[in-house]
Amino acid sequence: MKVTIKVNGSQVAAEVADRTLLVHFLREVANLTATNIGCDSTSCGACTVLLDGRSVKSCTVLAAQADGSEVTTVEGLADGAGEMHPVQAAFHAEHGLQCGFCTPGMVMAAVSLLAENPSPTEEEVRSALEGNLCRCTGYHNIVRAVLAAAPALRERRPA
Amino acid sequence: MSILGTRVVRTEDPRLLTAGGTYVDDLRVPELTDAARVTFVRSPMAHAKITGMDTDAARQAPGVLAVLTTQDMDDLVPPPPPEPGSEVSEGAPMPLGGPWSEPLLAVDRVRYVGEPVAMVITSDSYQGEDAAELVSVDYQPLPAVIGVAAALQTETLLFDATDSNVPVNSGDDADDAIFEGCDAVVERTIVNQRLAPMPMEGRAAAARFADGKLTYWVSTQNAQISRFILAGALGMDPATIRVITPDVGGGFGAKVGIDRDAILVAWAARKTGRALRWVETRSENLVGMTHGRAQEQTIKLGGTKDGRVLAYRLDVVQDTGAYPRMSGFLPFLTKLMAVGPYDIARVQTHSRVVVTNTTPISAYRGAGRPEATAAVERAIDLFAAEIGMDPAEVRRKNLIPPDKFPYSTPTGATYDTGDYVTALDKALNAAGYRELRAEQQRRRERGDVLQLGIGLASYVEITAADAAAGETARLTVHGDGTATVYTGSSAHGQGHHTAWAMLVEAELGIPMPNVTVIHGDTDLIPEGIGTYGSRSLQLGGVAVHKAALEVKEQARRVAADMLEAAEADLELDAGSGTWQVRGDPGTGRTWADVATHAGEDGLVAYVQYAGGGATFPFGSHVAVVETDTETGKVRLIRHVTVDDAGIVVNPVLAEGQRHGGIAQGVAQALLEEMIYDADGNPLTGTLADYAAITADVLPSFELVQSETPTDINPLGVKGIGEAGTIGATPAVQNAVVDAVSYLGVRHIDMPTTPVRVWGAIEGLGGRDKEQGGRDKEQGGRDKEQNGAIR
Repeated sequence: MKVTIKVNGSQVAAEVADRTLLVHFLREVANLTATNIGCDSTSCGACTVLLDGRSVKSCTVLAAQADGSEVTTVEGLADGAGEMHPVQAAFHAEHGLQCGFCTPGMVMAAVSLLAENPSPTEEEVRSALEGNLCRCTGYHNIVRAVLAAAPALRERRPA
Repeated sequence: MSILGTRVVRTEDPRLLTAGGTYVDDLRVPELTDAARVTFVRSPMAHAKITGMDTDAARQAPGVLAVLTTQDMDDLVPPPPPEPGSEVSEGAPMPLGGPWSEPLLAVDRVRYVGEPVAMVITSDSYQGEDAAELVSVDYQPLPAVIGVAAALQTETLLFDATDSNVPVNSGDDADDAIFEGCDAVVERTIVNQRLAPMPMEGRAAAARFADGKLTYWVSTQNAQISRFILAGALGMDPATIRVITPDVGGGFGAKVGIDRDAILVAWAARKTGRALRWVETRSENLVGMTHGRAQEQTIKLGGTKDGRVLAYRLDVVQDTGAYPRMSGFLPFLTKLMAVGPYDIARVQTHSRVVVTNTTPISAYRGAGRPEATAAVERAIDLFAAEIGMDPAEVRRKNLIPPDKFPYSTPTGATYDTGDYVTALDKALNAAGYRELRAEQQRRRERGDVLQLGIGLASYVEITAADAAAGETARLTVHGDGTATVYTGSSAHGQGHHTAWAMLVEAELGIPMPNVTVIHGDTDLIPEGIGTYGSRSLQLGGVAVHKAALEVKEQARRVAADMLEAAEADLELDAGSGTWQVRGDPGTGRTWADVATHAGEDGLVAYVQYAGGGATFPFGSHVAVVETDTETGKVRLIRHVTVDDAGIVVNPVLAEGQRHGGIAQGVAQALLEEMIYDADGNPLTGTLADYAAITADVLPSFELVQSETPTDINPLGVKGIGEAGTIGATPAVQNAVVDAVSYLGVRHIDMPTTPVRVWGAIEGLGGRDKEQGGRDKEQGGRDKEQNGAIR
């Protein structure tokens, strides 16, 4: 079937098998490989992207379900001038990543969290990231990064 | 001021954060443009004879390019015949071989669920999953050997050419004479459960064979060792193999070298003449990648009633899974580190390694040392409870005092440097130990539902145990003043590129952004070892440091020639990176000037550094838990650590290593376990079942700094990669037991799930009140424990 998805601002259209998962559409069709696959049971969150502004695990969405929608991956987060998004910058400053495999999904989950809750507590951050696994950082610096990004984001988008 | 010791954020991160890493599945190199997909057909049986296989339906399936079985392996040299005595090779981290040899694809018999049986090559991965289902294998089931008790009974043998399931049996005979003179002796059998290393990226490899040369991309901790393994397995000259490690999404010991699945990808590429790519699914990963830990330990410790420990005995039974890959080595390390940081005069250790019908065991973050620490730290707490003394006081009385270093243990280790009592006191002070005990007492007196548990662990561990194998570094300064480092070490999240650039800047004054670090390509770096055992900084980093010193001396000679001055009069201003005649800044020559004058390859140093020996980091952890005595639910509310690994080059990176290790230690203590049923079926074979630790169950960690240099290497550094799992695991387990110790509970096996804690409180299950509900008869575990984890 034919699927058209606006990915990071660009229309991507392709004939794909009905069963094609959104994550494979992004990786194989749109050739955006930052979004990783870490499990096969919707448990790890490595594949988290924004679908029409809300975070989803793209291994559990069919490409067909995203037809006509907008998807944002970590590649689409920084502005055109190469300036990192405040969440990306905070992950860098706080050492919120090591091997980097969970990072794209973790960053997108954090972006989604801060859109819903611009001033989360540590407990709220930990609870919101419960669906994203990281094996390297012990989550310590990820949580710090999200808490550090919150004021920077609020400044960028005054209420 | 030197950049060393300062907080430097990573150079690796901007790329990983904005474009994502390039892991094996992300490679879009021309050589892999038309790469086909490999899907393994894996055994669904724990133990069975293969009596037939029908691949016709699979071959007819859409997209199938080939189906490969053992019958296609006519191009492989058979393994050498067993060497006499090869069944006992304790201490060598290699597969045992001989009668215990592990094939590439299963031949005639499968020995664990997940063992590779055949390979399907398809155009895409969806077709591969479909076609693999169509390969029909006839299995004649055999009784499964699950658990160490079943393995020791030898009713069923895994390997017909042997007469037992025990490939290694070594150590001291039990002799209770060592406990003479003890006022109190405690003894208990405890379990250090099987874990899944579970790096976020599973195993992955891609291969292309063309013009007699194999190019091989693999997610590994060791490119050069992988090339060595491939050359042996495929009968190839190593010079015809290029191994490349792209970004690696975590390893934790389970990606040391390469295993049979990854070798098969290279073989299949040569066999079919096609570029191939294999990326395992998580369900494959949880049964196909090696597991870790899996020891049953019997601990016996005795001492005087005023708290002096006199004697300790540790008996280890290592479940090595279906094939003894690293089985001699892991209990060897456990025994070597048996006494931990304690000055104990009389020590006995013994180990047996058993094969079972489960996924093979290999290294997992700590690899034998967390097991040693867990054993002795439980023994110390049991002893403290027995004599009614505060566990902190028992530790303080028995820690090796600072004036005894270097200290030789009864088990043969020589600890280089340490101040164990100070580490304990720092951790206790930071935690507010006295106030915690007072709060615990108040809650007990009030009969609160939420009881407080305080757990301690003091540890010493061994890093760079194989220092003699060394590490390589090549450093070149180019005509534009930039530098390139080629390191034999290997990064998969630790931040080598940042740390190595810091070492160059510190010595040469070439700013970090002008230093490129390259690792993991055997064409560029033919010699190297890679990363495991917390060896990177103290071997690979020191090699970089020494290469910088060599280049500096080369540059001094060149600059002297340029400035027509005596070498002794020249100095490098490391702040600005310029050479000048001492006291005469007007003579300044930049690195670009000097390198240009030196000409092509004029400034280059190659160092093969084999260090002075292993180093022994140490520390103390304090864990605080809240236990709901009505449900058995435990929550870790604080975790305070002192982890002293000598001089710290970059606190950001060192803290990151500690954080990650602590979380994995907490995971073992509270949550994670790979569970098999009595028939050898994995019950935790997906991430929906395996209780990988998540952010919401952890607190932020409280790290206390401590730096006691070693004199083993010129940087004064030890390894930090595994400290977290070694210290945190027993600290948290001890805290869980401590929370309910006032009820008479003395031990709860890991993971201390609500079912086990509740069972211990209620005095249910198992052999006695304290055992916390472990079913011994089954060899495995209570089935009802599974699922109670989340």
